[in-house]
Amino acid sequence: MKKLIGAIAVVLLWNACKFNDNSKKVLPILGNRHAVTKVVNGQSVTDTIYQTIPAINYINQYGDSINNKNLEGNIYVADFFFTTCPSICPIMQRNMLNVYNAFKDSTGFKIVSYTIDPQHDSVPVLKKYADKLGISGNTWWLLQGRKDETYQVAKSYLVSVQEKNPAGEYIHDGYFVLIDKKKRVRGTYDGTDLKEVDKLIEDIKVLKAEPSS
Amino acid sequence: MEFDRYFSSGSLVYQAHCQNCHGTNGEGLQGLMPPLTDSAFLKSNKTTLACSVKYGMKGKITISKRRFEGQMPPNDLAPIEIANVLTYITNSFGNKMGTINSEQVEGDLATCR
Repeated sequence: MKKLIGAIAVVLLWNACKFNDNSKKVLPILGNRHAVTKVVNGQSVTDTIYQTIPAINYINQYGDSINNKNLEGNIYVADFFFTTCPSICPIMQRNMLNVYNAFKDSTGFKIVSYTIDPQHDSVPVLKKYADKLGISGNTWWLLQGRKDETYQVAKSYLVSVQEKNPAGEYIHDGYFVLIDKKKRVRGTYDGTDLKEVDKLIEDIKVLKAEPSS
Repeated sequence: MEFDRYFSSGSLVYQAHCQNCHGTNGEGLQGLMPPLTDSAFLKSNKTTLACSVKYGMKGKITISKRRFEGQMPPNDLAPIEIANVLTYITNSFGNKMGTINSEQVEGDLATCR
């Protein structure tokens, strides 16, 4: 009996700690940062400037122009793909569907998938792909834009994409990148790993609960 | 005995070459990638499955009463590997078609169109 009580106590304690841990969890801010010192009301104040996502200029699967304004006030997850990708994309999309299904009805959340093959992936191609993937509405955008811009954007997301290799394949990371309302990178997750994607879903909940100061 | 060998080797070939698109349980991916659970389709196309794996597929097909179109890339596999993976697929995900051995695969590959 004593043993049983001991075991229950251990379980309770562990659960309490776990709960505590979750409620206090804050996601890190990733990327480069630098300090800026300025004078406010005669006092010198030092502020940290974090790396943010640059202005973007894209078209989504509905043919609508998308820039940073359209993403303002949103938490979003970004990734890079192309519709004819035979290797890691299907598994990334399968896993991203879990994220989509978890948050498609909540406000202030988006998924942004940039095509790295804009020549092939035109608006109608992206729309057809979205239909086949079973996504609708404005939660998940498939974005087409200039290739060089996409490569720059990828860099700011800490993701690597490259030109086609000799076999005609695009090399790209399978990372899902979590961006907060201030356009800062708050997490990167291997989009081919279901466990990492489950963690992403939990982290989105944490980020959504973060006070917007 | 022969079946077990084919089947277990086939599961490894499946993980390496098929699973990304067709899924862990052969469920496919929405309207993009067809599932491998349509036993009737597999049975009626048994002799062309090897060609489809080796040279890929293109065009419209109906699987599980749903239309799919697009392209499956070719897979440069040896006949024995194709036999392994076909034995795995046609005896998983609710399918039950017995062993497809490498002699059958070689015969089928000779008739690819």
